[in-house]
Amino acid sequence: MTETFMGYRRENGQVGIRNEIAIIPSVFCSGKVAERIAYQVPGSVYFRHPVGCSQVGEDLETTAKTLIQIGKNPNYAGVVVVGLGCERFSPQELAAGIKPTGKMLETVIIQQEGDSLQAIQEGIKKAREMQQVASRQQREEIPVSELTIALNCGGSDVTSGLVANPALGLASDKIVEQGGSAILSEITELLGTEDILARRAVDDHVAAEIKRTIEDTEQRLERQTAESSNQARNHLISTGNYDGGLSSVVEKSLGSMKKSGNAPFSGVVKYGEQLQQKGLHLLDSPGHDGETATGQVAAGAQLIVFPTGRGTPTGFPGVPVLKITGNSKTYQRMKENIDINVGRVIDGEASLEQLGEEIYQEIIEVASGKGVKAEILGHDELFCITRVP
Amino acid sequence: MSEHLNVAVNNEKKSALLIDEKDNVSVALTQINEGENCLVRKGKEEEIIRVLERINFGHKIALTDLEKDAPVLKYGEIIGRMSVPVQKGSWIHNHNMYCERGMRA
Repeated sequence: MTETFMGYRRENGQVGIRNEIAIIPSVFCSGKVAERIAYQVPGSVYFRHPVGCSQVGEDLETTAKTLIQIGKNPNYAGVVVVGLGCERFSPQELAAGIKPTGKMLETVIIQQEGDSLQAIQEGIKKAREMQQVASRQQREEIPVSELTIALNCGGSDVTSGLVANPALGLASDKIVEQGGSAILSEITELLGTEDILARRAVDDHVAAEIKRTIEDTEQRLERQTAESSNQARNHLISTGNYDGGLSSVVEKSLGSMKKSGNAPFSGVVKYGEQLQQKGLHLLDSPGHDGETATGQVAAGAQLIVFPTGRGTPTGFPGVPVLKITGNSKTYQRMKENIDINVGRVIDGEASLEQLGEEIYQEIIEVASGKGVKAEILGHDELFCITRVP
Repeated sequence: MSEHLNVAVNNEKKSALLIDEKDNVSVALTQINEGENCLVRKGKEEEIIRVLERINFGHKIALTDLEKDAPVLKYGEIIGRMSVPVQKGSWIHNHNMYCERGMRA
């Protein structure tokens, strides 16, 4: 039987688990204006970024695609695009990309409004109107098959691969079994598991895509490390990994991969692209926490589950980031930042299966509106668009 | 070791975690010394294993005797092979296990 959660059904049939207004600058120059608009309208979030100017080629296209897909994410009830006016990826193009969703959408361009003050004022009016419409929208019962969770870890320690990631994998499997979706990323943390991942692909095409994605990343890393001025840092596994009991890169990467449980892989998506079908997917992303999270939200994730052994407080604008740790010491120290302590498995208080179920139940609660610690405290550091060198 | 890793090992019972049913190693959840008995949970079943040498938190214990070149299974997958044969209860690490993937000159 498929279980349900309470979400917002959107005009295009997609489902959001939050109902905020996104204020998105098309270029870094309009970042402050976007921020000031959001400050004036509670219930809106802004996406400050350093890009959009003097970029070319795939670098600019990745920025453009990512900004459009962020705007399309169903967690946002409406979008106010804030442009400067002379940027190469124009605010009109950003708005046109978001338009097919049918969500509330307005554009404010600083050079057309007159100055930043007038642009802020205009943006506040538009966001305020949207907020009033959004405030009347109601949550409804939605099957778990409409849920897309992202798997992203950072500040990992020995407990992450040992208990936190395997427990998350159990929760992820339960969502995928019910027809829902999950996104595994951080290709740099998966080196050595390509054959194992490829065996889990639904068909030969997906298997080949998985292998190619990991090989490309490894080749890029080899180039970068060969040119590095510090040759002591070019190994796939560190002395710290060995000290913690990891004996091979395969063992280390499996610990990261286990976030995705044992479900089959339905497909591979590029950075800045949306999932085209349901099921478990591999997203081609770097290892940076923020670049990964941003790619995952662009791909359509409504919620991020984030194991962290050492502890990190970060969050994402308008997308709950559910923090779990396998380290009881970290949990005790960072209780205000971390939602679930999987370290209880190490302490002998609970089984992996029990924690997997607890994570799953918390995902359903959070999808239905329960705030996670990162969003209640206003953490939004994870919005960060990857650059293509 | 747990202090060095900044992990509080509150578990007073000497126990080890079996991550996948297919695994032939389990992971120590506390420091286990030579000759001590260690509890391994396999789903609802439990097995007591006598540990042959000191095994630190996070490190692997052989659950069966392993021949040379036998696959070492953790997470239900092959993480490497034995470079020498070992007995049940031994510590498994890169001193007696090899993995060609990821090794560089």
